[in-house]
Amino acid sequence: MTATPLTGRARPDRSPHSFAEWQRLGGYDALRRALKELSPDDLVSLVEASGLRGRGGAGFLTGTKWKLMRKAAAAAGEGPRYLCVNGDEMEPGSFKDRLLLEALPHQLIEGAMLAAYAIGATEVILLVRDAYRAGAAALNRAIVEIESAGLLGSNILGSGFSLTMRVHGSAGRYIVGEETALISAIEGDRPVPRARPPYPAQSGLWGRPTIVNNVETLSCVPLIVQHGADWFRGLSRTEEGGTKLYGVSGRVNRPMLIEAPMGTTARELIERCGGIRDGRRLRAFQPGGGATAFLEQAELDVPMDFGHLKKAGSALGTGALIVLDETSCPVASIARHARFYARESCGLCTPCRDGLPWVSKLLDQLEAGQGTAATLELLQMHVDLASPSGRSFCDLMTGAMTPVRSGLERFADVFAAHLAGRCPVGRA
Amino acid sequence: MTLKAETIQAIRTAAHHHGGAKAAMLEALKLVQAAEGWVSDAHLAEAAATLGVTTAELDSLATFYSHIFRSPVGEMVILLCDGLSCYLNGADDVRDAVQQKLGIRFGETTPDGKFTLLNVCCIGGCDRAPAALLGPDRKLVGPLSADQLDQLIEDAR
Repeated sequence: MTATPLTGRARPDRSPHSFAEWQRLGGYDALRRALKELSPDDLVSLVEASGLRGRGGAGFLTGTKWKLMRKAAAAAGEGPRYLCVNGDEMEPGSFKDRLLLEALPHQLIEGAMLAAYAIGATEVILLVRDAYRAGAAALNRAIVEIESAGLLGSNILGSGFSLTMRVHGSAGRYIVGEETALISAIEGDRPVPRARPPYPAQSGLWGRPTIVNNVETLSCVPLIVQHGADWFRGLSRTEEGGTKLYGVSGRVNRPMLIEAPMGTTARELIERCGGIRDGRRLRAFQPGGGATAFLEQAELDVPMDFGHLKKAGSALGTGALIVLDETSCPVASIARHARFYARESCGLCTPCRDGLPWVSKLLDQLEAGQGTAATLELLQMHVDLASPSGRSFCDLMTGAMTPVRSGLERFADVFAAHLAGRCPVGRA
Repeated sequence: MTLKAETIQAIRTAAHHHGGAKAAMLEALKLVQAAEGWVSDAHLAEAAATLGVTTAELDSLATFYSHIFRSPVGEMVILLCDGLSCYLNGADDVRDAVQQKLGIRFGETTPDGKFTLLNVCCIGGCDRAPAALLGPDRKLVGPLSADQLDQLIEDAR
């Protein structure tokens, strides 16, 4: 068995396989087997036992999420249930789902079909960000192919299971990836988050029980059905099952995607990228994308999974490892993130809509050497007010403040130097 | 100028495909933009009428989504990523070079109507940083140097 079961079948040029080619590689074997041999409950238990956790950043056990939805759906009474696939990958530094969408559409579709079978969904909607038009096109072609092959529609393979599937192409805006905003987007509302409860599992798309799963999460599911829960757990170095698709970018010699055992360390990932750019020294890294706290040299050997990184004070997030070297200014880097989150606030909640542009402005002043002690105090005030979860409808604001908070803690000396009007680092 | 017959037809098909007029509003905007380059007031109203939704409803989406253009754009829209990974790999230099080459800043279109330059958030091309998306297909290009972008612009001309 290959060490990269998730992405091993992707072609180097990322051209997707035809249905016939994919079947020759074992495609849809898991679906055929599941429809014949497994009940939806069996499938939920299998995925729960595999230790698969949501790869969109939350890290919740996928099987447990499905189980809770089945319970909520039973309470919601007769009617349709939905599976939404979150292909809105837009967290700064994240580029893993692009590969899965472009090169392995059939793997994702099979995973989505299995998930739909497990939760009793009759329709799958795959939401894909506009920057991934090639991925959306690959999915659309694959859907047409399997429709003609009789794998979509009513009574699939004589199992009694019926399913339709379609792609919803988005058009920019980070907030669409928030699960309740994603549901609003598919319904045609202005995509702003909704209050919870009710949770999507109780009342989601069109007011019906809904699961939103990430692209990478679902792409793992056919492998689990095919090879078993123990095999999937065995791929990992930690308690959390599977391999993980890590995206390494920033100041490394060869930025790239790396599928590696869950729990691989940042040190190993950076080494596989040829080390820090031009042999320079590491300054810091964000292990899971823009909204995760900075870590430094001392944390290079922390196993990169949800549990270990949380314990280390950061998060696995999307597994997007962003590397800063000694020439990268943390103040400038944090200012870049702040601009992103300020621009991408949906504007629904006042603290986020008005607070984040203020934070961004303060950081721009500091970066330019025009800040004073009062600027820093104001910035800290925003961190204290906006960091706690629950002060806005969704977690965008909390996430946006994470690099600011951890940056102020870790790089106090660099912030101080900027106050004195000089950047001790120089431009990256 | 009214919408082309095939655009109207495609909007109707989208309403069917997306399970209703409201759910198809964004797709309708994208269809208008694909045919016309941008979404004018007149075309917005026509698309709304085709779907049977109000102009205000449709505009509330058009003004929310950053890839729907409510003002005219050039033949080629260049979406230059200003995310952190691109910044760490010299995106500012590429930005300066392309702005100088085209003589425009972010949000502007060249006087000959050929190019529009926009800054966008992380485009999921961090392994090819600094990166950009070109044209209506959102083709990913990178890693970009000032020279390469120069060449891409020359080719597009």
